[in-house]
Amino acid sequence: MLAYAARRVFWAAPTLLVLIVLCYVLMYLAPGGPFTTERALPPQVLANIEAKYGLDKPLYAQIWDYVVAVVTRFDFGPSFVYKDRDVYEIMARGFPVTLTYGTISFISACLVGVSLGVLAAVRHNSVLDYIAVGATFSAQALPNFVMAPILVIVFTWQLGWLPGGGWSGGQWQYVVMPVIALSTSFMASIARITRSSMLEVLNSGFIRTARARGLSPTTILWRHAMKPAMLPVVSYLGPVFVAMITGSVLVDLYFSTGGIGLSYVNAALNRDYAVMLGVTILYGTLTIAFNLLVDLLYAWLDPRIRY
Amino acid sequence: MLRPINSLAPAVACAAILTCKSAYAEVHPITGEKLADDQTFIYRLLDEHSSIDPQIVEDVSGSEVVRDLFEGLLNQDAEGNLVPGVATSWEVSESKDRFTFHLRNNAKWSNGDPVVAGDFVYAWRRAVDPETASPYSWFMELMSIENANAIISGEMPPESLGVSAPDNYTLEVRLSLPLPYFTQMVTHATTFPVPAKVIEEHGDQWTRPGNMVSNGAYVLLEHVPNERSVRVRNEHYWNNEETIIDRVESLVINDENLALTRYFAGELDRTEIPAGQFPKLSAEYPDEAHSFPRLCSYYYSINLSEKGPLPLKDKRIRQALSLAIDREIITDFILAGGQFDAYTFTPGATAGFEPPMVAAAKMSQAERDEMAKALIADAGYGIDNPVEFELSYNTSEGHKKIAVAIGQMWKQKLGVATKLRNMEWKTFLEKRSNQDFEIARSGWCGDYNEASTFLDLATSNSGYNDSKYSNDEVDRLMAEAKLLDDPAANYTRVEQIIAEDVPLIPIYHYASVFMLDSDVGGWPVGNVEQNWYSKDLYKIAE
Amino acid sequence: MARPAHPILNVMSPIFGSEGVYRIADRIADDDFAKGRSLWRDAAEKFFRNRAATGALVLLLFIAAFSTVGSLLAVWSIEEIDWNVLADISGSGQPSLSNGHYFGVDNLGRDLFSRTLQATRTSLAVGIVGAIVAVLIGTVYGAVAGFAGDYLDNLMMRIVDVLIAVPSMFIIILLMVMFERTLIMLFIGIGVVSWLEMSRIIRGQTLTLKNREFVEAAHATGVSWFGIVFRHIVPNLFGVVVVYATLLVPSIILVESFISFLGLGVQEPNSSLGSLISEGASTIIFGTLWQLAAPMGFFLALIVSLYFIGDGLRDALDPRDF
Repeated sequence: MLAYAARRVFWAAPTLLVLIVLCYVLMYLAPGGPFTTERALPPQVLANIEAKYGLDKPLYAQIWDYVVAVVTRFDFGPSFVYKDRDVYEIMARGFPVTLTYGTISFISACLVGVSLGVLAAVRHNSVLDYIAVGATFSAQALPNFVMAPILVIVFTWQLGWLPGGGWSGGQWQYVVMPVIALSTSFMASIARITRSSMLEVLNSGFIRTARARGLSPTTILWRHAMKPAMLPVVSYLGPVFVAMITGSVLVDLYFSTGGIGLSYVNAALNRDYAVMLGVTILYGTLTIAFNLLVDLLYAWLDPRIRY
Repeated sequence: MLRPINSLAPAVACAAILTCKSAYAEVHPITGEKLADDQTFIYRLLDEHSSIDPQIVEDVSGSEVVRDLFEGLLNQDAEGNLVPGVATSWEVSESKDRFTFHLRNNAKWSNGDPVVAGDFVYAWRRAVDPETASPYSWFMELMSIENANAIISGEMPPESLGVSAPDNYTLEVRLSLPLPYFTQMVTHATTFPVPAKVIEEHGDQWTRPGNMVSNGAYVLLEHVPNERSVRVRNEHYWNNEETIIDRVESLVINDENLALTRYFAGELDRTEIPAGQFPKLSAEYPDEAHSFPRLCSYYYSINLSEKGPLPLKDKRIRQALSLAIDREIITDFILAGGQFDAYTFTPGATAGFEPPMVAAAKMSQAERDEMAKALIADAGYGIDNPVEFELSYNTSEGHKKIAVAIGQMWKQKLGVATKLRNMEWKTFLEKRSNQDFEIARSGWCGDYNEASTFLDLATSNSGYNDSKYSNDEVDRLMAEAKLLDDPAANYTRVEQIIAEDVPLIPIYHYASVFMLDSDVGGWPVGNVEQNWYSKDLYKIAE
Repeated sequence: MARPAHPILNVMSPIFGSEGVYRIADRIADDDFAKGRSLWRDAAEKFFRNRAATGALVLLLFIAAFSTVGSLLAVWSIEEIDWNVLADISGSGQPSLSNGHYFGVDNLGRDLFSRTLQATRTSLAVGIVGAIVAVLIGTVYGAVAGFAGDYLDNLMMRIVDVLIAVPSMFIIILLMVMFERTLIMLFIGIGVVSWLEMSRIIRGQTLTLKNREFVEAAHATGVSWFGIVFRHIVPNLFGVVVVYATLLVPSIILVESFISFLGLGVQEPNSSLGSLISEGASTIIFGTLWQLAAPMGFFLALIVSLYFIGDGLRDALDPRDF
């Protein structure tokens, strides 16, 4: 298994390299550039700016320079849009924010989702089960851009309990609404997966045997059913964690948290190549790392799997 | 609820001692309004500004911050008139191409150093230096400062720029041609002084809180990108005595409706009103909903270049398209924020500009519709023989609404089938400047308060003439206007030619529509460029 | 158990556990050809015994039918502006039977009844066509990789690994930015980012199927590898594909709604449920709640019924009975 892990890590580097080239070329092909503005810049001014950022070089030279700078100096270059900031700084500011509310959302989604799912499975076909299923389906279908404004209307305007946005270094009042907005739909899907997987396990042969042996339902649930039932949940969690971090655009947009998700979409729309590449590399690395982590966890949970 | 009881003590004390100046019974020196204890002004920003470096900043929201942090030669007052900034007076030479500014000797940087003429020279050279690569270096060209063009092209060193400091408190500027509105332009952020020492010490990092040294009424306390920036009083500012607001916070909130919710929750003192909601809000909050004219035009460019469609080359069709637009519906119902119907390109609010009564402006909409139908029938089209155009606009709720409404007007009145093309911003800009469009949404805000900032767009060699309209008479009139003492007649004539040729369809002139908490005083309602300075604002006690 | 090496990051926050899908695949692969028909009959019976799934199917069919036929009831077209209500949307723009705006009007005075029906059609079409594109690419790619094996398989799967590491939002935004904003581009854009997981599942199944007697028999009788893949392997993957595709449809509709929210969705005067919902949600503080209610109702009904159907299908095709 160690060899397997090593091989995966080894493959990460070329994967990221291909990723960089791919992104660079795609961005290069997109119409408009970082310095295309409402009032078109005079050619001389544009030339000066492009020279400053090295965009006057041929494409392959730009990519080469970029890769060399990232690999040798960990230098992601300056932002083309936020002209007094560099990409590393933007990521160093935005990522911890995203990571903070992402992790809290992840944990609460897991806790609530799994409990709800197990509860619904244990009380299969009861009213509680139906309510849980209905609620999770609806929660999954409720877009964030509907939920976020409603949260602010209720908790900030009407009740006056929570600030309507901002981050303020991550004080709890500022974290509550982003976490609710981000975790709800994931919570719902975790609940669904847990429920169906738990139902399967509870109906499987070895649990029936356990019941026949007269073990208490609690013991059966915790000692025997939980671990196998968590398998599909775990395989879902890796992607969820990455998705929570990458898919937080709406949270940043509505709650002015200053996270990396919004910077990313803005960078794409502003053609801020440097920021886009930087965040793509960050996301790519995270994706690879979490997929690996989940696989290893999976192998630990399921002894049948050997790499 | 402790405050009223507490405040009794000083009030009693004051009654006894006549000369007392209570900390919170302070009143505004001019209006006499009672000032609030907490002089914090919080407003919403649509987006994170690209920079707060005066020579680099290019967006409106960044300029607002820069105007608080730095002070240029001249400022604008609540009416948009020039008032002294760092310069107290100026002279212009006979030939009108030499300006001499006399600087005040009590202006200081926030580190206590005096602001000297050399700081301006440094800043202006920096703006045109190719090394700085400022996206606004063209502004220096627009100001016609000697050699600016050659320096930007790298043909001359920055030191050859036509600006010099004969002594610490005198600044001399040489222009390549006489420019009557030059002094208007030195209120722009690009011309603000910057501290050479600090920039050399910190390089790109000089705009960080802590590093930044500025000469305006405020200094930067905190800046969290995409979240907020906070500025506080500059104790060294020469007019700190009369500055009332202590602290200014700008919060980045992308969604305007959410910002409005937060305004209702009391988290903001100022936020924009979404299109169409002004009537409702001004009925409910008459003291808070405001609308002021702005120096901006919203118009549709018509592609007259070779790439443009053939029917649009027919003047009658262009005239019909313009006439068939019911501007009242757009300004009264769709935007509904006090915008002005536009029949001329230049807004009527522009200084020294009297909009000519072009024929269309005098007619009723029914008459215009009649005329439009006649014109398009004359050109061989109509409901029975529809002509199809593409209307391009960039992604935005407001642009979409206007495009949809105008498309419907054309369809119902003229039988024109309009295909709407909504494009993402950068793609849109690229297509528009390459004439890859048929009709495209455009907007233009004046760089300074004078009609030429608009009408220059109609000249054949303007870089912003997306229509590729070319008319020798317009070119001649505009060139001539630069040399005239009173160019108003030329501007009127150009507007008449535009109304006749319709290379662009003016739709409306902007208004600045926002909610402003009723306890904020001193907002420059009469300033059509909406250049506001936090130092002129104050919070009134409720 | 030929489970592909690892769970996958699906752009659109994968909304179902792939476990069940793998097991169905196993079951179908295990199934003898002779018993093939009974498998499907079994599944159908089981599906229709599931009341929630059947109800959802009826609801979905009703929505689909209503969004098509319902337009006959509409008084207004999707693009016509009712100039009479434009001046007072929050008052006279409310849902009303008398002026023909059964669902009220949007912020521009356009009829929401027509627009909601049209948006439902668009969203359904995007979901279904997007899923088909994803499934087609994924199936062919996975089947070829699995069947070819060795170096080609390795290379093809490495490519999938790379693509999975690309944030899909990036790809979608770029596609919408680079090309003309058409419905076709939207189908392709969404399909292109959704096929990756499919290809992995299919590859795994193909690897199992490859060593079955019937494939070896075909090989021995000289059928070309192309023929084997498309005549023998792909048809055997049908069950997995159906379940996967059903569950993919709602997630694609959700992705589309986000793209519409960014303003990169379908062109006016057309709209999708996502764009109507985001317009409606933006005006809730002004009291025009019906602008959110109508599209949101259809959206919820659509998504929830698709989930139930997908769940029902998965259970129906699942070998374990409970």
